[in-house]
Amino acid sequence: MSTSTGTAASTKQRRLGFKERVNNLPRAVKILLWVVFAVFLFMLPLLNIPFITTEGSDFGGVLFTVATYVLVALGLNIVVGYAGLLDLGYVGFYAIGAYTVGVLSAEHAKLSWVVVVPIAIVVAMVSGVVLGAPTLRVRGDYLAIVTLGFGEIVRLTLVNSEWLGASRGISDIPKPPGVELFEVPSIDWSSGAPVVDLDTTSTFLKFGITDFVPYYWLALGVIALVLLFDILVKSSRVGRAWEATREDEDAAELMGVPTFRFKLLAFALGAAIGGLSGALFATKAGFINPQSFELLLSILFIAAVVVGGAGNRWGVIVGAIVVAYFPERFREFADFRVLVFGLALMLLAIFRPQGLLPPRRTVRAKRADARQAVLEEGEASA
Amino acid sequence: MQNLIDNFFSYTITGLTIGAVYALVALGYTLVYGVLRLINFAHSEVFMYGTFGALWVVMLLGGKPGGSVGQVIFWVVMMFVAAMAMSGLIAVILERVAYRPLRKRNAPPLIALISAIGASFVLAELMGLRSRVAGWVGLDDTLREYVRNSRNNAGLPSIISPQPIFSVGGYNVTNVDLIVIIGAIAIMVVLDQFVKRSRLGRGIRAVAMDPEAAALMGVNRDRVIQVTFLVGGVMAGAAAVFYMLKIGITRYDAGFILGVKAFTAAVLGGIGNLRGALLGGFILGLAENYGSAVVGSQWKDVVAFVLLVLILLVRPTGLLGESLGKARA
Repeated sequence: MSTSTGTAASTKQRRLGFKERVNNLPRAVKILLWVVFAVFLFMLPLLNIPFITTEGSDFGGVLFTVATYVLVALGLNIVVGYAGLLDLGYVGFYAIGAYTVGVLSAEHAKLSWVVVVPIAIVVAMVSGVVLGAPTLRVRGDYLAIVTLGFGEIVRLTLVNSEWLGASRGISDIPKPPGVELFEVPSIDWSSGAPVVDLDTTSTFLKFGITDFVPYYWLALGVIALVLLFDILVKSSRVGRAWEATREDEDAAELMGVPTFRFKLLAFALGAAIGGLSGALFATKAGFINPQSFELLLSILFIAAVVVGGAGNRWGVIVGAIVVAYFPERFREFADFRVLVFGLALMLLAIFRPQGLLPPRRTVRAKRADARQAVLEEGEASA
Repeated sequence: MQNLIDNFFSYTITGLTIGAVYALVALGYTLVYGVLRLINFAHSEVFMYGTFGALWVVMLLGGKPGGSVGQVIFWVVMMFVAAMAMSGLIAVILERVAYRPLRKRNAPPLIALISAIGASFVLAELMGLRSRVAGWVGLDDTLREYVRNSRNNAGLPSIISPQPIFSVGGYNVTNVDLIVIIGAIAIMVVLDQFVKRSRLGRGIRAVAMDPEAAALMGVNRDRVIQVTFLVGGVMAGAAAVFYMLKIGITRYDAGFILGVKAFTAAVLGGIGNLRGALLGGFILGLAENYGSAVVGSQWKDVVAFVLLVLILLVRPTGLLGESLGKARA
């Protein structure tokens, strides 16, 4: 590492950050680490690691919930983190995705899961455009209340529309077609040390009704695809246009960025991912009703994104895990869960105002500020 | 449609009373937005604590239906005192705990929203768990009447029995309706004059217009913000009394939907604009009731939000525009 600026000495003394150390590893080691990490994630529900595993509720199901939150957070991050649009009605798209699956595969038609999920994504995306086209012209906090209203309109429509099953919802949503390839044993810790338990197994990609682990695997696969898509989009011209729009809309417009179109694109992509996670939720639950799509869920989604660090995809994943996992893990405090969660949000806001993992840009911007300060000082003393 | 025409005045009066409550709560959102440019998400909880303040003082004073006129006036006055004190106190604490530490650290606006959401959960849950909280401090026996069934509805004894005063087009306007509508308008006139004429009101407008210039002119920003929260809380307390007189039932989560509606009202009228909040509240209350008469009461909230979207499309800054700072003295 060679730095030619005057801060070189201080850079050398500073311990290398986690990211730099990982980056300096040889390529083969990096790939190996990623593979190990991926295998670990896939095996997580079967490892039954003490303390991490939830006692009261099925760990596979909990992990699936966490995975849907991660997916939602990735989608919402495009809207809130990249494009800087405060969307308080994201649950609307989630509901639209879930209900599209419900209506087309159970309530009014019997289409196959493979056909229904892409339709759900498209329907959610179209609804994003329909909502965004008129409302994205209003700025900032007005958008927040309009989207909040949208989420509530979707929910009330679900409650009041007989065609959508009204308050009883839609049941008997079919499972995705599976293939039974091989069985994965789980690990039993009851004797104090890990023992491979050959009796309790999960069949790879058999979507049953008691074992939620295959759904978790499905969700993980989807997350990987969405992440790849996210990385590609963010580092393209589109990602830079979003960043410019978020930082200063007028300046971006003057520089020739069609800000409205890019905001609409962010909205549509976010809606599509929201619809996808809703579709996954409906698949796993097999039964949906309007109570699953309360306004509070939107608030939790926003909390996941902001707590993790809006704009940093790894940050929002951490945020989603925090928001979805901890309330499940600490079920023994059942009555105090929400209270503790609220306190945690307040403390986080005070002590980590940029989120748990702030986006790289902020770190970069801080360094730029530091350099600027050094320059200004130099000029003043000269 | 026929239903609306037949019962037009009934819907109008109901719309105006609920609109008055929206308008008073909306003032809290608007004031805070005016000086801090952020949505005080926990304001709904400030309102909810007000409803409990009003309820508890009536229980404490042994209020029951069928009191004499003097007693009723005494109870109502005490309700105002208790609810306003309670809401004002909660609002000031909220500012101290959830907002001031962030302001000192120059946190991004979005994180203030998270802090407010957290504070909102904490406040609502403390009320929902009040029997446990009372247990911790060893007061569960003395406070039994006040904290029991803390997750369920708590009802106010109907200390004012609704009696028709006069009738408009077949609808009997009751004394409760009149108290709510006239009281709300009177309170808003007082607030309007406070912001326009008093020294503190001038400070609020100065900070809303330009925080830095205001600081240079010797306005103590922290103090102004605190006063703003206090005033917003007191307004929410007044709204809570009217709400309890009209609806009579509250619960630990009663604030949430009402808060959303009140915020909608504030945006409708033009957030940051006091008269806008008044106008927005009444319009929202009326539109909701007329809408529910035409398309069925289950679509009431949909009507409210569709109206909001339509108005924002035509007037992107609300009906009267944003202008706490620009209000002329």
